[in-house]
Amino acid sequence: MIKIEGKGVFGGIAIGKIALKDNKEDPVKRTRIDDVDNEMKRFERAKIQAQSQLEDLYNKSIKEVGEVNAMIFNVHKMMLDDLDYIESINNMIETENVNAEYAVACTGDNFSEMFATMDDEYMKERAADIKDISERVIKCLLGKEDELLQTDEPVIILAEDLAPSETVQLDKDKVLSFVTKFGSTNSHTAILARTMNIPALIGIDFPLGIHGKTAIVDGYNGILYIDPEADILKQMQEKSDSDEQNKKLLQELKGKENITLSGKHINLFANIGGTGDVASVLANDAGGIGLFRSEFLYLDHNDYPTEEQQLAAYKTVAQNMAGKKVIIRTLDIGADKQVDYFNLDKEENPAMGYRAIRICLDRVDIFKTQLRALLRASVYGNISVMYPMIISVDEVIQIQKIMQEVKDELKLQGIKYEDIEEGVMIETPAAVMISEELGKLVDFFSLGTNDLTQYTLAIDRQNSRLDNIYDPHHPAVLEMIKMTVENGHKGGAWVGICGELAADLTLTQQFIDMGIDELSVSPAFILPLRKEVRECR
Amino acid sequence: MKKINHVIKDKVGIHARPAGMLVSLVSKFSSQITLTKGDNAVDAKRLLALLNMGVKYGDEITISIDGIDEEKAAEEIQEFLKENL
Repeated sequence: MIKIEGKGVFGGIAIGKIALKDNKEDPVKRTRIDDVDNEMKRFERAKIQAQSQLEDLYNKSIKEVGEVNAMIFNVHKMMLDDLDYIESINNMIETENVNAEYAVACTGDNFSEMFATMDDEYMKERAADIKDISERVIKCLLGKEDELLQTDEPVIILAEDLAPSETVQLDKDKVLSFVTKFGSTNSHTAILARTMNIPALIGIDFPLGIHGKTAIVDGYNGILYIDPEADILKQMQEKSDSDEQNKKLLQELKGKENITLSGKHINLFANIGGTGDVASVLANDAGGIGLFRSEFLYLDHNDYPTEEQQLAAYKTVAQNMAGKKVIIRTLDIGADKQVDYFNLDKEENPAMGYRAIRICLDRVDIFKTQLRALLRASVYGNISVMYPMIISVDEVIQIQKIMQEVKDELKLQGIKYEDIEEGVMIETPAAVMISEELGKLVDFFSLGTNDLTQYTLAIDRQNSRLDNIYDPHHPAVLEMIKMTVENGHKGGAWVGICGELAADLTLTQQFIDMGIDELSVSPAFILPLRKEVRECR
Repeated sequence: MKKINHVIKDKVGIHARPAGMLVSLVSKFSSQITLTKGDNAVDAKRLLALLNMGVKYGDEITISIDGIDEEKAAEEIQEFLKENL
């Protein structure tokens, strides 16, 4: 058995036979051409054909991997229109009397070299882009079709490298996984593999002569096993089977409604903490995002994120969710988080301290920046806002006053925004007790059951000594949830749960009986939860 | 002649996607549009040259626009830079 370590690009186990991909470029012969005008026309035609292929790839990819990732093919199309690139090729044809294939190959190599020698990792990858598009034009010139894999059974492809266009065209019925020697985890190929859910490895220095051998790809640990030993095979097979079961669940439940046996509808949304999670949200068929934790914008920086930086993040998510609801929670930070530039005083009790909305109502400039970004992003999708740690009606009134000020400012500046739904987190006992009043002021509630349980039972979640008395199913907590739902509805607000309890399948029936409108969970829990909902009364 | 100065706020700098968008945008205009960073200047309508400049986060760039539609171009480019870079 040979064991080679590299990097996993996407988790998953694949077991099968190796198909070594021939990465030989189409051999390009240099021939002398006298009719240079005709030759330049040949190039022009091939270029247009290549662009048409890229357009098809773009359209195909949008469905599989979303607009943001499919963009690379659009950029490839534009590269072919680059004047420097075209001029170089035409010049070579004209002045050296050579065939278009040779001119394209030389130009492609030269430009590719220019990028390969740049310091920037990202730019180095553009070298691969240029090679890819040049290859494509040469194929068009030679009248060759894009190669299709010739195999009867599904295989594991091993190659030196795979271009984005090759990745997207992989027929998932024929390809179990792919493994390359080169590539980076942020290359377009990697991004596409992840979005297409194909287990893949990069940086695997595989030896020669392994075509046809049995191999195992461990995408979780980044390992390739060739001619695996019996015990490894068994272990991996078991993992693969359990993955298969989960995938089946996915297939059965995707697209199905969240409806109980008695016909009650409930929204199942996802909780996320960053823009990179959106792919998972869509892959797991969530109806929307019930909690978008905005803290990553503040934690990942050395300084306050600007309005523009925030806008970019909110806009990306809104666009990628294509009209599905995105509920963004405003800054929920306290002294327990590492954000030096906030200059927060050390506190004895950060869970009950100067945090979240309290910071926002005190340092209104920070709050307004976030609200401005949210409102500006609202035109790109379906955005709602949610305020954390609420304890009083007065807080909500203050917030709404500030929100109105922000809207007025934007209007004055001629900046477009839409009126967005506003909600509050119900995570303090106080909020529960006044929920009837709160329900009249806002459009929705979301129950933060983790903190609510902590404050209600007066137990520190972090203190493991108290684990045996920390009962998330405590009747007090369930009663609070029931009360919140009733009061919210009285005031015309819909009510959801975004805390851990939402994913607790033993409580789903109870929540439905209470009349909960929405449950927001980690993406991986959406489909299991849907299954549960569909089996509830 | 119109000039726009801008400091790149996008953490990744001018990478393929915004570069492509910028080239798409400026190609609409008949004016001559140049992007300068330090001593280097490129025709902003040339995608590969633009990428090759390697404009990064924090870099200061100047975009010069010269032509009949320079007003409109300047306005749209300014907007684009604010939103995307």
